[in-house]
Amino acid sequence: MLRYVIHRMLIMIPTLLVISALVFTIIELPPGDYLESYVAELQSMGETVDEQQIAFLREQYGFGAPAIERYFQWLTGMLQGDFGYSFEYRLPVSEVVGDRLFLTVLVSIATILFTWLIAFPIGIYSATHQYSWGDYGLTFIGLLGLATPNFLLALILLYFANVVWGTSIGGLMDPQYLDQPWSVNKALSVLEHLWIPVVVIGTSGTAGMIRSLRANLLDELQKQYVVTAKAKGLPRNRALIKYPLRSSLNFFVADIGNLLPRVISGAELVAVVMSLPTTGPILISALQSQDMYLAGSFLMFLATLTVIGVLISDLLLAWLDPRIRLSGGSSA
Amino acid sequence: MSDMIKIDSLEVEFHVHGQIVKAVKGVSFRIPAKKTVALVGESGSGKSVIARSIMGILPKSARITAGEIMFNDPGGDGTVIDLASVPVDGAQMRQIRGGRISIIFQEPMTSLSQLHTVGDQISEALHLHRDISPSAGLEVVETMLSTAGFPDPKKAMKSYPFELSGGLNQRAMIAMALVCQPALLIADEPTTALDVSIQAVILKLIRDIQAELGMAVLMITHDLGVVANVADEVVVLYHGKVMESGPVEDIFQKPEHPYLQALLAAIPNFDMKPGERLTPIREISHRSGPLIGDNDSDTGPSAVANGAPLLTLSGLTKTYTTRKQNLFTSGPPSHTKAVAGLDLEIRKGECLGLVGESGCGKSSVSKMIMRAITPDEGTITLHDRDSDTDVLALDGDALTDYRKRVQMIFQDPVKSLSPRMTVIDIIREPLVIHGIGTRRQQADLVQQLMQLVGLDIRFLNRYPHSFSGGQRQRIGLARALALKPDLLICDEPVSALDVSIQAQVLNLFKDLQKDLDLTYLFVSHNLAVVDYVSDRIAVMSAGRIVEIAPREVLFKNPAHHYTRRLMAAVPYPDLDRKLDFDLFTGSGTSGPADWPAPYTIRSDQPMAQLDLGEGHYVLAAPGTQPEALFP
Repeated sequence: MLRYVIHRMLIMIPTLLVISALVFTIIELPPGDYLESYVAELQSMGETVDEQQIAFLREQYGFGAPAIERYFQWLTGMLQGDFGYSFEYRLPVSEVVGDRLFLTVLVSIATILFTWLIAFPIGIYSATHQYSWGDYGLTFIGLLGLATPNFLLALILLYFANVVWGTSIGGLMDPQYLDQPWSVNKALSVLEHLWIPVVVIGTSGTAGMIRSLRANLLDELQKQYVVTAKAKGLPRNRALIKYPLRSSLNFFVADIGNLLPRVISGAELVAVVMSLPTTGPILISALQSQDMYLAGSFLMFLATLTVIGVLISDLLLAWLDPRIRLSGGSSA
Repeated sequence: MSDMIKIDSLEVEFHVHGQIVKAVKGVSFRIPAKKTVALVGESGSGKSVIARSIMGILPKSARITAGEIMFNDPGGDGTVIDLASVPVDGAQMRQIRGGRISIIFQEPMTSLSQLHTVGDQISEALHLHRDISPSAGLEVVETMLSTAGFPDPKKAMKSYPFELSGGLNQRAMIAMALVCQPALLIADEPTTALDVSIQAVILKLIRDIQAELGMAVLMITHDLGVVANVADEVVVLYHGKVMESGPVEDIFQKPEHPYLQALLAAIPNFDMKPGERLTPIREISHRSGPLIGDNDSDTGPSAVANGAPLLTLSGLTKTYTTRKQNLFTSGPPSHTKAVAGLDLEIRKGECLGLVGESGCGKSSVSKMIMRAITPDEGTITLHDRDSDTDVLALDGDALTDYRKRVQMIFQDPVKSLSPRMTVIDIIREPLVIHGIGTRRQQADLVQQLMQLVGLDIRFLNRYPHSFSGGQRQRIGLARALALKPDLLICDEPVSALDVSIQAQVLNLFKDLQKDLDLTYLFVSHNLAVVDYVSDRIAVMSAGRIVEIAPREVLFKNPAHHYTRRLMAAVPYPDLDRKLDFDLFTGSGTSGPADWPAPYTIRSDQPMAQLDLGEGHYVLAAPGTQPEALFP
């Protein structure tokens, strides 16, 4: 067991290295760099550009150095906990992201919980009542949720929340609490605002999950061992939860690896529309302005989450399914 | 003896796609306490539906519309319950289900949950029906497992079903069904998926436990051999109606209904005279076309007489390496010798039967002939009229040509046809792959092939799902014949089919062999089937041919210990020749370790094929006198 976990951890190192190289290359691919975009922006606003200052900045941040050298600088910096410097915010990356990270995690966890709480009962109901009116109705609502664009749903919900309950539009809290220290009222205000992004971000995921849970559970319900369980005299719900539901969980656990990055990155457009103080909008603007270190570090953060998520789901799968635990292993 | 179960005019309907299908049409019979009643019939006759009605586990689309199932529990207070009318999910029915009436199924590998240990699943059944402490429960389960024939019950408790063989899984199912000591055990084709010697062991196990616990058994089967060996009373079903019922002696000695007589005539047995044909319940007619060519079959007796070899296998070995390990630990690799020095000659125009139980290496041999796997050692030689070809050295175009000459028919008629191709595309595909003929010619040939296997050419544009198992197997046969192969390898071609269909397909095999002068390698674990179709029979065990002889010699006069044991395990549909159950103790499988001298395989001396005359050879220690084999 320990051997396997260590083995898997070691494999994560080359995986992350390859990802870091890819991230760096992709950010470098568009012509120009941050300073050129900066200069162009200043000129377009009719301001004069101090050539000397630009040259100084270019020197300062090592834009003149070859790409390989900058890559290794960035990489070694990250290993020491220094994620670089954001040109746009003129702050270290960790300070730019740090504050928003908490709110991002909050929104994400709430979304995941929302997805599970809604999808599980509905998926189970749909599978056990296949082709009933309830199944058709829930399927219809689910497909509607799958098909509605997130940002549209966001605008609709914002409108109604404002008209019906008077919730202020946008953000995760009422404006007066911005930049205030945490207090009970501020937390309550966050909760009041939280449900809209959670519903918006979670809807399509919930709908997708209902569909796959229904399909997987239907497959399992056909199987002989379900009849065996009934033939033992197990009450219907206990038989359902112990046998077919457990078997149909594999897909769900295998999906955990994708869950975190999908929830965080899928929320970006919504976050822009709703002007949420999460990390999503920062990533988008950083990519637009070629704010190299901010974007790169952020993407690495997502990649690390994915890799850890996959490790967690692999360990969970082995724990849940004895077939994987006992007959798995490399074929070499 | 009072009747424990009395079924009266039971009717069950299925609602499928808006249509109502009557599966059971007014069935009445009884199950006396402590007796075995056999429910016999083809698939689709309603056997399993009746069993599930008794248990209250019918599928959602099914409904009992009339009749009653009166259950008088001999362990109860004498009140009679109508199982057809109590709510199926109610507490009363749940208490009976699994507690007083239990069921075991045909497919032992899928009947248990793969995610829970055997011990967990059995204990669950126990604790549902008995108020018993966990530690006392463990003891009960362990005792039950050892009664069911597990050598190490403690280890079995912690095993997962996928770690056990089919036979052991069925024992675990039996242990689970019997742990609450039910009054009735329903066994739904419990041995159909198992090898013949395991079948004997499982039947013995059920019989022994029945005697010990004093329970009744409802044995659902289509194998009349099994019926003759275990049943006290027999109920014969056809299309949801009882054709005949009564004590087993009456049924076998004076079958009155034509259906039962027909069923008996459709099953191959060892007493058939040479040349005697099976009579299928429904005949199929088929005819050959000009493009297929009758291979100048009227030029005298088939090539068996001159015995010219078509394919010679010599010294084949194949070792599989598996690593005994799991995700978290690695173990040393273990080697399994699937084929251990096999010599075999397939002669032109003959049907060579290859008999053996699961794991004996017979599939490996057919795969080697197909060049799907490569042997570690040995040679395969193809004999043409004037030259010999080393099959294992073929590659490129020569290999493609060879593949045309050897075709295969598979066991599973469902999985061996693509569900996304029409019949015409399936049969035509080999012609397309090998670039034979124009599209027009291919279509003509496909039509003639359809008629050859007795299928209507109007079905050509249908998809496989609209055909029955027997029809699908005939489509597979047509596909294999499209290339006019020299050798047809049939890997258990009828073992997934019903008895009545089996006779149809076997007769078709025989006719086509005669008409087209085909050579078959017929692989099967069913001795009677092999006996019916083959000219010569080779018995395989532990990767070796242990005995080979013409069919009329082998089963009359088996020499090898393994062959004799195998023969002894075959249940006959004959009350005067019952199985000797005392032979079948322990695991039921016989490996080289159990073979007495002179059959014992020793590492220090090679074994020899001992010539017993008439083309009868047996694997024994060199220098053994033939007389010593027949004491």
